[in-house]
Amino acid sequence: MNKYLLKLYITGNTSRSQRAIANLFRICREELAGQYQVEIIDVLEQPHRAEKEKILVTPTLIKQLPPPLQRTIGDMSNRNKVLLGLDLLQQD
Amino acid sequence: MSEEQEPYTIEKLETGIPGFDFLSEGGLPQGRATLIAGTAGSAKTVFACQFLVEGIKRGENGVFITFEEPPKAIRKNMRGFGWNITQWEQERQWAFVDASPQPGERPMVSGEYDLGALLARIEFAIKKYNAKRVSMDSLGAIFNHLGDSAQVRSDLFRIASALRELDVTAIMTAERTSEYGEISRHGVEEFVADNVVILRNVLSEEKRRRTIEILKYRGTDHQKGEFPLTIVPRKGIVIIPLSAIELQQSSSNIRITSGSKELDTMCGGGFFRDSVILVSGATGTGKTLMVTEFMAGGVQSNERCLVFAFEESREQLFRNATGWGVDFGQMERDRKLKVVCRYPETTGLENHLIKMKEIIEEFKPNRVAVDSLSALERVSTLKGFREFIIGLTSFIKQQEIGGLFTSTTPSLLGGSSITEAHISTITDSIILLRYVEMYGEMRRGVTVLKMRGSMHDKDIREFSIDGTGMHIGKPFRNVTGILAGTPMYVAQNEVDRLSGLFEKEL
Repeated sequence: MNKYLLKLYITGNTSRSQRAIANLFRICREELAGQYQVEIIDVLEQPHRAEKEKILVTPTLIKQLPPPLQRTIGDMSNRNKVLLGLDLLQQD
Repeated sequence: MSEEQEPYTIEKLETGIPGFDFLSEGGLPQGRATLIAGTAGSAKTVFACQFLVEGIKRGENGVFITFEEPPKAIRKNMRGFGWNITQWEQERQWAFVDASPQPGERPMVSGEYDLGALLARIEFAIKKYNAKRVSMDSLGAIFNHLGDSAQVRSDLFRIASALRELDVTAIMTAERTSEYGEISRHGVEEFVADNVVILRNVLSEEKRRRTIEILKYRGTDHQKGEFPLTIVPRKGIVIIPLSAIELQQSSSNIRITSGSKELDTMCGGGFFRDSVILVSGATGTGKTLMVTEFMAGGVQSNERCLVFAFEESREQLFRNATGWGVDFGQMERDRKLKVVCRYPETTGLENHLIKMKEIIEEFKPNRVAVDSLSALERVSTLKGFREFIIGLTSFIKQQEIGGLFTSTTPSLLGGSSITEAHISTITDSIILLRYVEMYGEMRRGVTVLKMRGSMHDKDIREFSIDGTGMHIGKPFRNVTGILAGTPMYVAQNEVDRLSGLFEKEL
């Protein structure tokens, strides 16, 4: 299995941010079995990274690796959508 | 500053957009957001860019947040106005926050989200560049690429209040669906901003007419109603303010020569220096001759003279002048005269006006002639034409320039034109040139119909034209009905009887 490189952009320590982080880690634990690395970026602390990546909304999850690059927005509460965004599930 | 005082002390930021600061009585409310709403093609993006450009000229940095066009397209599109955005970016005066749709698939939506990242980026850019001005173009586009409009709505409020906190003056643009209807497409944009300005691009009488209107300016004064607006290459948006400038005109008692001694006498000693004179007559009655003499008279008294000719070519004008003993060529070589010939159809009336103002400002003439207004009337709507006349008249009066405009009447005998009906109240003096048919012969008559602030000759005098110009002679004492276009010969004894009639009664 390829190693997953994921970036999660959040805005501050809000309940929405907490929810997104918790949801994402749960999915990763269950689906990716240790083959993943998640970086969490708070746009309030590192706005230049949000600028560089042209992030508009938070939370935004970027699947950097494996290609193709995919974006998933929202608090990751819809498990199926997150799996689609990680290419772990095929549409239809 | 205390809370109670605030409503009375809304400071304004001079935008620098020509005409807008007059219209808004000082500029945009400082530290507030103003919505610029308009249909597609109403120059919203140009307005948003120009707001930043004028800021940079004044040493104020700007941040441009684009939701629609990518920065690359904006840089390219604005080059035509002479705005080198790339250079300003390098000099750290201009920064883009790119929120335009990115190529590729739409992101998956896995739950609730907000525009927190955008807000962080905006704040970051404003602080980093120490920006004073912010433009957001256009709000509607966020609704399109984010599905949850209730969320977008509340986030826009957050952004607006964050901008207020940062004390930047902001412009937000929004799309409208019709020229006269709902303010914005989504119906919420106008509530985000404190002020609303509407740009229109109306099709009227087969001609496009751009206008600007300040609809809402919370707690501060502004000019009401629609004002014409035009977009000029290498300059951007130019608004033509009409009403208030008229009131500031000073009037002078200094007389200047019309170029003809006899006509000066008829006018009670010449025209007033900063007055506007309308010369009306049918084709061939001698309007261009009067323009020529007006110019020659100016040059003789060592004034600078400027002619805008919309009917004849340079060659024709110069040849005509030579025929009347006036050497335009020599005058131009002496830099006393400038002849500008244009086809009225080359551009819209608003652009003609701006071009004419530029030439006047550059040449700094003492007198200006326009031959003829009727030619310009062809390329405009009536309203636009009237605005043009008001704009031009007030401009040249402010500069203390004497103006002579000609107007062509459609009928050979008598009559008046639409031009006159619309501008006669604006001009200070009106001179009529008319054909008079007498015993199978066409003769010419001249009369001073109106001369604001002065006594003048009330006669209709005959005049002739020869190789030395215009010669005004005796009044048509025994002809009546000239102005009505139906001259009638009256026997001499009847003339005597009539003129004696009132004296006897007195």
